[in-house]
Amino acid sequence: MSQSIWPWLVLMTSALPGLVIFFIPETRRTLRSLLNVGAALVKLQLVGLLLLGLYAGESYHWQLPLLPGLTLSLKVDALAGLFLILSAVLWLLTTLYAIGYLEHSPHRSRFFGFFSLCVSATAGVAMSANLFTFVVFYELLTLATWPLVVHRGTPQALAAGRVYLRYTLVSGSVLLLGAVTLHALVGTPEFVPGGYVSDADVAQVWLWAVFVLLLIGLGVKAALVPLHGWLPRAMVAPAPVSALLHAVAVVKAGAFGIVRVMFEVFGIEFAADLGMADLLLGLAALTIVYGSWRALFESDLKKRLAFSTVSQVSYVALGVALAGPLGAIGGLIHIVHQGVMKITLFLAAGNYAETLGVHKVSELSGVGRRMPWTTAAFTLGALGMIGFPPLAGFVSKWYLGLGAWEAEANWVLAVLLVSGLLNAAYFLPLLYRAWFESPPAQWPQAQRLSRVFETHALLLFPPLVTASLVVLLGVLAGLNVTSLGWVQWLVKREFAL
Amino acid sequence: MTEWGLAALVVWPLLWGALTLVMPVRWAALPGVLGGVFFGTWVLTWAPQSVALGGWLPPLGLSWRLDGVSQFMIALVAWVGGLSSLYAWWDRSLPSAFWGLWLGVWAAMNALLLTADVFHFYVTLELLSVAAVALVALTPGPAATRAAFRYLLVSLTGSMLFLLGVALLYGRYGVLDMLLLRDAMQGDGITALALAVMTLGLMAKAAVFPLHGWLPQAHAKAQTVVSAVLSALVIKAGLYGLLRLWLDLFAPLTSQPDSQAGWVLALLGTVAIFWGGYQAFRTPALKPLVAWSTVAQVGVLVLALALMVEATTRDSDGLTETLWRGWVWLVAAHALAKAGWFLAAGTVQKRAGETRLAGLGVALQRSPLSVFAMALAVVSLAGLPLSMGFLGKWWLLSLAWELQAWLWLAVSLLGSLLTLAYGWRVLNLGLSTGHGAEPLTPQAPLQTVPTRLDAVALILSALSVLGALGGYWYWEAGA
Repeated sequence: MSQSIWPWLVLMTSALPGLVIFFIPETRRTLRSLLNVGAALVKLQLVGLLLLGLYAGESYHWQLPLLPGLTLSLKVDALAGLFLILSAVLWLLTTLYAIGYLEHSPHRSRFFGFFSLCVSATAGVAMSANLFTFVVFYELLTLATWPLVVHRGTPQALAAGRVYLRYTLVSGSVLLLGAVTLHALVGTPEFVPGGYVSDADVAQVWLWAVFVLLLIGLGVKAALVPLHGWLPRAMVAPAPVSALLHAVAVVKAGAFGIVRVMFEVFGIEFAADLGMADLLLGLAALTIVYGSWRALFESDLKKRLAFSTVSQVSYVALGVALAGPLGAIGGLIHIVHQGVMKITLFLAAGNYAETLGVHKVSELSGVGRRMPWTTAAFTLGALGMIGFPPLAGFVSKWYLGLGAWEAEANWVLAVLLVSGLLNAAYFLPLLYRAWFESPPAQWPQAQRLSRVFETHALLLFPPLVTASLVVLLGVLAGLNVTSLGWVQWLVKREFAL
Repeated sequence: MTEWGLAALVVWPLLWGALTLVMPVRWAALPGVLGGVFFGTWVLTWAPQSVALGGWLPPLGLSWRLDGVSQFMIALVAWVGGLSSLYAWWDRSLPSAFWGLWLGVWAAMNALLLTADVFHFYVTLELLSVAAVALVALTPGPAATRAAFRYLLVSLTGSMLFLLGVALLYGRYGVLDMLLLRDAMQGDGITALALAVMTLGLMAKAAVFPLHGWLPQAHAKAQTVVSAVLSALVIKAGLYGLLRLWLDLFAPLTSQPDSQAGWVLALLGTVAIFWGGYQAFRTPALKPLVAWSTVAQVGVLVLALALMVEATTRDSDGLTETLWRGWVWLVAAHALAKAGWFLAAGTVQKRAGETRLAGLGVALQRSPLSVFAMALAVVSLAGLPLSMGFLGKWWLLSLAWELQAWLWLAVSLLGSLLTLAYGWRVLNLGLSTGHGAEPLTPQAPLQTVPTRLDAVALILSALSVLGALGGYWYWEAGA
């Protein structure tokens, strides 16, 4: 296997600037921003080129042996490409947003340093070509995100950070245990479509043990009920961090791991034969309904969004667990679609908080008149989440529904329906309030951040861009170049169709 | 030629150390340190060999043996010692006697790692202990003197026990050379007794639970750089002795299929992991926290030894390449990380003029390099990826898995989490802004401490993380 330095470059385009940024003095704002945005642009370009190459049949593989029989191995394949492009695009947008958001706050070099490292770890998770490498980057992600969660350094932030670490580090150990066990049983070969454990001579009970360990390890980050407790509490983090955590980095790493494990460690057919897929399906369905239900009763806007994330991320696991190509399309495409929609919602929520001091759902009355653009973006994100055609979320749900039909799992259709209704129930009143109720005489903490726009330009444009992506990914779903085309191509390979 | 090199490993630091005691200027120590690093690195390229000193073959003469374990351990001493020396060089508060004693420790360490004679091993162990106790006593004040005195008592008792074991062996077999002894070894009561008392002696030196009581005080009260070399290196002399006894010298005894003695070691290691970790979690001051962490990490290394002993009872290959390489790797990960952590902790404490953790908030925030160093040290000690500690833990977990030692596997994982818990106490403070959004205000103005001290700590910790990239080279080098 020839070494390709591209995967390594993808890692370094964010890791290296991250390390440099730590040493940039706090006051050199322009230098830091240029470096940051420059790196994000380079990375985007790089990932774009790699995707083109992939489509043309190239393969990119980089390996570093660490122990005999244990290799740090990075590979850009179609699945990795899906996650990479999502993280590259959203890194650029959240970086711009964060530059505006953190304009006058302390410790910005530390913040942007860890922000970049977090993106590197995400890229590593995406490109991991075996379980060992995956564990490495999965844990690095925990370490890189903790300083971001506690960034404000307040007692609440530190307490949330403690909860976050408790969940993620314990689950990291469980994941490690699972990986070591599997290593002892069948070694650690590369991920391969169809999996590598099915033809090994190993007792089923061991495979089940490994599966449960891996599922717990991944389920915490993917916020599967009952392992989701850290997510709503991590809401004290600054808005760009929440956006990144919920849309790209942490929860997606968990969901992505579940995809890899189901498709390329166990092999989905084998997992379905052993009943593992059923367990995952049940958990995912439970999480979807429970998350939506809890979101209904949250009066804090960010917390409501957090429970919405708990629910929505499990669509990915649900799609995978349906064990058929159509469901897989729905689940995989939701990795991208949920990311784009959720980041829109979080960035918009951050705008409300920064510009008007609005944190509660009840304070949103009439916000649409004061901040029409932000609210329009928020509306698109919310409608997408509910699954209105022709937005991105509709495409995901459509394929998930088809997948459930194909798998003859009618109860899953019911779950999708209930969840859709619950989504509508917690988003629509909010939209009604924002657009149609009259604004209060005075906003909680209004600031004038821009003379031209409704808020700081750097805060306004990123959610507008992501909101238009929500529309485009839905409307243009028929074209080969969008997420749907890519995922269809990818699923064909996973299912060897 | 390499015979002269072997001699230089011991004689060179000893000579310059003696010179600094006579001529108390620190410049006199410089050649000793540089030479120590040079020879200690060069040793990696020498072929494993036995050397009869002065041409007298055992059993009459004294022999040195250079093998893989001693090679890597000597190099480890050279590198951790060299970087710690750099810290000491820049840390102007040390008395000049430090250099002589420190070079003495270095020479004794090297001699101990080379010797293949149990009596000579006792002698080097004793020299090492005396020099180490004197290093602790360098700190002025009654508290440090008390700690040093306690260390001395425990250490002397340990030496006596070890000597008793040596005498028993000599009485029983009439030889002192390790290879000859091993070949003659019988499974009788006197031999078992010798093993027991020698083990006890080494456990006292290495602060293995329950003989760890002297360590937290001695390591916490010592000068920063002294704490670092004691925790990173001197402790390892006792552990290295345990490795030699259990997996080499007494192997005919310990590798009996029905031998259960290994599990006693495993049990002690386990208790050490939890007790040390628990104390580190609740002790109020920073350096004691790091010192208690050493107690816990010694537990990990002892647990690993126990698993290795158990592995040799299952198959007859004895101390295989994978076994000793894994263990030495763990030792190296701990040495680098612990030296980095101690140096960083001492630097922060000096900056704050305060030892209590609660009073270190501001100093931590003004010492980003040190906080970073501590973070990397915690990462490696807890075995988070991608660090030397992580690969070490992977090796340990795999070993436990092979032996189906589920309990010890769980212990090792829980120990890592405990490490993270007490490491978190420090790092969390480094990210805190106090109550409310206002920055903390210092109780007293911070002392000026040069940033290069923080940098040395960071280099050590970073090595314990980046060293992971050399894993394949290390494991494949001899295989």
